[in-house]
Amino acid sequence: MTDIAIPEPTTAAEPAPAAKKELTEALLYLDAVTVTFDGFRALNALSFTVDPGEMRAVIGPNGAGKTTMMDVITGKTRPDRGDVFFNGGTTDLTKLDETQIATLGIGRKFQKPTVFENHTVLDNLRLALKGQRRALPNIFHRESAAARERIDEIFETIRLTEHRDRLGGALSHGQKQWLEIGMLLAQDPKLLLVDEPVAGMTDAETAQTAELLREINANGHSVVVVEHDMTFVRDLGVRVMCLHEGSVLAEGTLDQVSANERVIEVYLGR
Amino acid sequence: MSMTRQPALLGTSGLIFLAVLFVAAVLVPVLNLYAAPDSAVHVPTYVVSLLGKYLTYALLALSVDLIWGYVGILSLGQGAFFALGGYAMGMYLMRQIGTRGVYGDPVLPDFMVFLNWKELPWFWYGFDMFPFAALMVLLAPGLLALVFGWFAFRSRVTGVYLSIITQAMTFALLLAFFRNDMGFGGNNGLTDFKDILGFNIQADGTRLTLFVLSALALGLGYILCRFLVRSHFGKVLVAVRDAETRVRFTGYRAENYKLVAFVVSAMLAGIAGALYVPQVGIINPSEFSPANSIEIIVWVAVGGRGTLVGAALGAVLVNYAKTYFTSGMLAPYWLFMLGGLFVAVTLFLPKGIVGTYYDWREKRRQHDDIPDEPLATPRPAE
Ligand SMILES: Nc1ncnc2c1ncn2[C@@H]1O[C@H](COP(=O)(O)OP(=O)(O)OP(=O)(O)O)[C@@H](O)[C@H]1O
Ligand SMILES: [Mg+2]
Repeated sequence: MTDIAIPEPTTAAEPAPAAKKELTEALLYLDAVTVTFDGFRALNALSFTVDPGEMRAVIGPNGAGKTTMMDVITGKTRPDRGDVFFNGGTTDLTKLDETQIATLGIGRKFQKPTVFENHTVLDNLRLALKGQRRALPNIFHRESAAARERIDEIFETIRLTEHRDRLGGALSHGQKQWLEIGMLLAQDPKLLLVDEPVAGMTDAETAQTAELLREINANGHSVVVVEHDMTFVRDLGVRVMCLHEGSVLAEGTLDQVSANERVIEVYLGR
Repeated sequence: MSMTRQPALLGTSGLIFLAVLFVAAVLVPVLNLYAAPDSAVHVPTYVVSLLGKYLTYALLALSVDLIWGYVGILSLGQGAFFALGGYAMGMYLMRQIGTRGVYGDPVLPDFMVFLNWKELPWFWYGFDMFPFAALMVLLAPGLLALVFGWFAFRSRVTGVYLSIITQAMTFALLLAFFRNDMGFGGNNGLTDFKDILGFNIQADGTRLTLFVLSALALGLGYILCRFLVRSHFGKVLVAVRDAETRVRFTGYRAENYKLVAFVVSAMLAGIAGALYVPQVGIINPSEFSPANSIEIIVWVAVGGRGTLVGAALGAVLVNYAKTYFTSGMLAPYWLFMLGGLFVAVTLFLPKGIVGTYYDWREKRRQHDDIPDEPLATPRPAE
């Protein structure tokens, strides 16, 4: 695991010592998170942690709550109950809105690729690039040489250099997925939440995406990837967590998880 | 190194627009002053003021396009900002009348004497000074937009709901300004103006000057809008229009961006109103009527939403048609024609005149594939 610096936790919470250690060492900490939609429990006492620098794959049947989990972490959905902490327990994400959470360093790729369709690919990256976010200063914002260089680097990484002047909306589904990952990279978050990144990709593109995510992870970003494509999950070669009916059914290496009888029953065995 | 192809501050259409405006600003006064009154090319003074009025409408349309075309805020209350700017100017013009009113009161406007008021209400203070009134032309609409937008955008009111509350806002102001005890002349509004900055408001020279100033305001307003939408700020606006959630998850405060655009737009509308009032000689509460605000939307839709130039063009074309039809025997049918026009444009020309032209031009030069104005093609109206 890559060792990346995280701020010394300063929380003065008083949970049990074991839980406290888990909390203060985790980049992301979810405890007993429950989300209900009209009486339906999309998340049911979901608990797990993501360590700094870790990459984690999340699998599970349709409707298991994978996307809802990301909605809770990014502030789109407020949990009915439970704790969501970031940065070793220093920040309570349930108290913040989407913009604040994004600013803290949590980036998200949506299940349905979402890029700015009427902007060029280049402008999409410019908008995402870490930097000034306030409205008035951005009226007079000028792109720095460093920003241009960084964008060129990202273009190399996501292999869209020759498409930079096309409109985002004109890209193929797979290219949009990559552009969105590129936008995440430009944001330079501590934690990337990536929802079904290889949907609509060819096998070759899928393999390239796995490589891309491993590379991103190796550069010190923590990553949570939701994906149904088991070949892809195997390519990632990371810890796997299977969600079912809003809680964790099994966790471990891919081999351990896919040998689990309950996982076979509700997910793999279909 | 990135090859960055940024569209120019003024594209081809922008340059043509400004050139036409400039020619009009020179030619109209020349033809008014120097062409013989009986010659075919003579421009009578009443036409000068009519054209000036169109130009203020064009600026108003521009202000709507900034928020509707580029941020997706369909304001059905823009007329309120226009009217507030107009009232600020009207109050200055009222105070200039002085003892020349029917009742000859040196301070109180006629309608106040008529209502038996003994002294000037506090909110009329300062309007005898032009710089103060000019400031209010910007501040009154700007502050209303700031307060209204702050609440609306923070509570994430969008789409139809936002349109409805903007309409409610202008309707509430309509009712308020109708009341005599509001102190703005009630039903009759403000009129019988005598002079502006010491110049007789009826004089040909004053009329010409107001026309040229309207052209200038429109030109500068266009350049300002164009500067804004090309900036990083403007790119965020378009991003908010197309994918607001994504913008938030990227770390931008979408509501602040909307608020800035909304306030700028309200101030532009206020300036348009302030230039409109001395040229038509009256401001009354009907300017707040919801139908007026809806008409502005039709102008922008006809010209082409999200093109700026189109908004100005649409305003002039539709209002020329309005003048033409409402002065003939077709007058009673004008509203039907306006409605029909809107339906026809929505069905057959969803991008408006200029938007359709851009699409056509884009197709023609596809080989060169230079995206001249990638900002300028919004999705069809939502
Ligand atoms: N806003 C909402 N309102 C009502 N129900 C919702 C809402 N969002 C999600 N749900 C329900 O919650 C459950 C979990 O949905 P979620 O999208 O998290 O599943 P998922 O694991 O991402 O599934 P998939 O693999 O299909 O993407 C589903 O049954 C879904 O219908
Ligand atoms: Mg999902």
